Amino acid sequence: MATVAGRHQQGLVARGRRVLGNAQRAKYIFLLLLAAMFVANLYLMLIWAPTERVMGDVQRIFYIHVPPLWVSFIAFFLTFGSSIAYLRTRDRSWDNRAFAAAEVGLAFMTVGIIAGAIWGKPVWGTWWTWDAKLTTTFVLWVTYVGYMMVRAYAPVRAQGARWSAVIGIIGFINVPIVYMAAVWWRGLHPDQVTGAFASGGGLEPDMRTAFYFSVLTFVLLFAYLLYHRIGVRRTEDEIGSLHYALHEGRS
Amino acid sequence: MSAYLHTAWTVFLKDVRIEARTRESLVSILVFSVLVAFIFNFAFDPNPRVLATVGPGIVWVAFVFTGVIGLNRNFVLEQEQGTLDALLLAPVAREALYAGKLLGVFALMTAVEALMLPVFVVLYDLPVLNGPFVGVTLAATLGFAAVGTLFSAIAVRTRAREVLLPLLFLPAALPVLIGAVASSSDIFAGQGWSEYGRWLQLILIFDVVFIVVTSVAFEAVIEE
Repeated sequence: MATVAGRHQQGLVARGRRVLGNAQRAKYIFLLLLAAMFVANLYLMLIWAPTERVMGDVQRIFYIHVPPLWVSFIAFFLTFGSSIAYLRTRDRSWDNRAFAAAEVGLAFMTVGIIAGAIWGKPVWGTWWTWDAKLTTTFVLWVTYVGYMMVRAYAPVRAQGARWSAVIGIIGFINVPIVYMAAVWWRGLHPDQVTGAFASGGGLEPDMRTAFYFSVLTFVLLFAYLLYHRIGVRRTEDEIGSLHYALHEGRS
Repeated sequence: MSAYLHTAWTVFLKDVRIEARTRESLVSILVFSVLVAFIFNFAFDPNPRVLATVGPGIVWVAFVFTGVIGLNRNFVLEQEQGTLDALLLAPVAREALYAGKLLGVFALMTAVEALMLPVFVVLYDLPVLNGPFVGVTLAATLGFAAVGTLFSAIAVRTRAREVLLPLLFLPAALPVLIGAVASSSDIFAGQGWSEYGRWLQLILIFDVVFIVVTSVAFEAVIEE
């Protein structure tokens, strides 16, 4: 029986080496690019972009508040689409994509919310307020925490996948509401300054450049993390089935 | 259609009969609900000025907590006795099963709420015994029951069902809860339809959305 395990192990190690050899180089190049972009991003938002007239330097939080939240919206959209595909096909790879996007999206969302709170303190005088945009954002955040917990507490993996797919589909309804909240209900949180629903004069051109560079940087970071999370998830699956095979062999 | 209604009604009657014979849920939930209302006495000084602002909050916190407890019990018996499998084996529409369970939860929650209204009058002298407030309560409870039935079907089969249900249920029920609290404070302040009506319409819209979405999603949640 040990030979079965041994062969499985050898197979896995050999496969691992092969995959790593090719992917490693591309991964390092991408990582270097990302690191360079993050340095450039810091320069653009902290030094190069002009200082806002009313809020001063505090306004620079904008460049790390909005982009992570946009990225989380993209992530939840990917979860939404992958969840539908999973319920249709019952193909595990769709479930892996849905899960990975939700998890990484939740992390980005948390960063964006924290940055927003740090911005709110000096400008509004409070870390948090129950303005429409903040309330709907909070609901969205809790929804994806629930998404993670349903998976963690499901007795069988397939059940967790199915249930969280339902949450990933229903929960996404809230994303456009969050995006439009400041336009629909006038609250403390400002409207969009850029994009299709922007009001007023919009962003100053240099600020706009710095902002979209930051968006690009965060999107690439997201893509990198998502790619790896899906890979790790796949490995987890494989280890799971190897475990299963080992136990089968023993009994 | 009549087969659909018949199935839903049968499932509903089954739940009512179990409750009528055991009286387990109704009594325990009612006692819990009274205790929640009672605790508020000590959370703040219940003088008329304070009650004018927090009155709707007391009512709806009590109702929502009651709802969570009731929902937690919704599928517990089905799970423990294995009747869920039996229901699923029956060649009937899943939406009808869902409608039956939803009706059962709705009936239980409204029963507790009806018994709670006199308690609010006695403890806090809140003007809850009138048509508009009862209407808002029925509309909001329907919304709670709709989302709650779906999520309790998920939560009951997980390891942390008591924690997971409120975690899924409360954020989803929030639009209805906001509408309920806002319209209640309008009603308590003696405002007319033009004020509380907007909020009641919001609740009704969410009721329809919730019922449609959750009955479609129920099949994906319940299957083995």
